[in-house]
Amino acid sequence: MPLTQQDIDAEIAAEHAAYARRVADGAPVEHHPRRDYAPYRSSALRHPRQPPVTIDVRRDPELVELRSPAFGERDLSAVDDDLTRHHHGEPIGERITVSGRLLDRQGRPVRGQLVEIWQANAAGRYAHRREQHDAPLDPNFTGVGRTLTGPDGSYRFTTVRPGPYPWRNHVGAWRPAHIHFSLFGPAFTQRLVTQMYFPNDPLFRYDPILQSVTDDAARQRLVAVYDHGLSVPEFSLGYRWDIVLDGPDATWIEEGR
Amino acid sequence: MTTTDPGGPGTALPTPSHTVGPFYGYALPFPGGGDIAPLGHPDTLTLRGYVYDGAGDPLPDAFLELWGPDPAGNVPDVDGSLRRDQATGGHLGRNGVEFTGWGRVQTDADGHWYARTLRPGARGRSAPYVSVCVFARGLLTHLFTRIYLPDDEAALAADPLLSRLPDARRDTLVAARERDGVYRFDIRLQGEGETVFLEFA
Ligand SMILES: [Fe+3]
Repeated sequence: MPLTQQDIDAEIAAEHAAYARRVADGAPVEHHPRRDYAPYRSSALRHPRQPPVTIDVRRDPELVELRSPAFGERDLSAVDDDLTRHHHGEPIGERITVSGRLLDRQGRPVRGQLVEIWQANAAGRYAHRREQHDAPLDPNFTGVGRTLTGPDGSYRFTTVRPGPYPWRNHVGAWRPAHIHFSLFGPAFTQRLVTQMYFPNDPLFRYDPILQSVTDDAARQRLVAVYDHGLSVPEFSLGYRWDIVLDGPDATWIEEGR
Repeated sequence: MTTTDPGGPGTALPTPSHTVGPFYGYALPFPGGGDIAPLGHPDTLTLRGYVYDGAGDPLPDAFLELWGPDPAGNVPDVDGSLRRDQATGGHLGRNGVEFTGWGRVQTDADGHWYARTLRPGARGRSAPYVSVCVFARGLLTHLFTRIYLPDDEAALAADPLLSRLPDARRDTLVAARERDGVYRFDIRLQGEGETVFLEFA
């Protein structure tokens, strides 16, 4: 029997109900997906069964994981943050400006750190050899960008709005439009890879990857907001998305949390 | 289900993690990503291994980030891992002189990865190790582990993490010496011989 959207919907609903029961019974809020989230079929053989071993960083401030690799100007070229200028011609699609701040759990800006993004083109096609979706490639769009955060933790990219695309989790599976983000903090423990979504996408409720974040408030934090102040007149529409890195850094030790 | 966070005032709520997906390959890996050691450095070692899933099959679509101190135990603060050519926008590769301590390596089509880096020195109370972060399609949140080197049994016995683990689990964190300067470290995401993964709090 092929797996239908209805099957996946039922599994997603069951996972949400199970989370609601855990929280009602006093379990902590889950900000991140569980790695064993069955509706996302690729997770089945790729999640550890043993619980992770916890390291209390306050007991050893010398851990290399409390520091992070450095990135600088020579790791970037001039137009890396403008994905519409990586080819001779203009890419097809709705031009967007995506900007926000990179913060830590205390709300402090994360300065001078590397932000990498990748995405499908406006038709929902990745410039990746393994991508089988037969939407058109755009010779003027690769969909890869990088930048460094500024002194206030801010980042900014110019790109085109990616299209949704089908995938093979189940019959009729479509990913909502999204941009992949890779982020570093002042500690390697704060490493984050995630995805930014666009507001009011009708595919949200059907997508097992987005729904793997079972906490409603946490899931909402993956959705950018339209920000008219970021829109560039006669050029692009603006989306604001702030990113908060989890995990301890060296200052947790000084402050005793 | 909407919930409030138990964290104190002024606490920013974290952005959830998501899988890296299948299509990062043209975005995140870069040429020379595993050539972390400066050219000709006498303390260079080669690390290699496979990443396996719960069925024992190697993953062709995983990548690792390695992060470690220099042989004296100092943490590098040098940039330039991803050096770009300002004229073409392409990758230049590392300069072969400076040690950034960080690298990114993909598994090959057969699940095999390798990296050349400098032998890490000891820091604090820990035995020498290289920190590893694992990403893959199907992995909703990345996984941290460590590659310890097998050469100094006394240091391993005194390590605060290793000494907490039963022998069979501990052994998943210690690389096997294949020959001088070459070490094998396999990562098993699930099941028999499952690698010990870490969380930091
Ligand atoms: Fe994607």
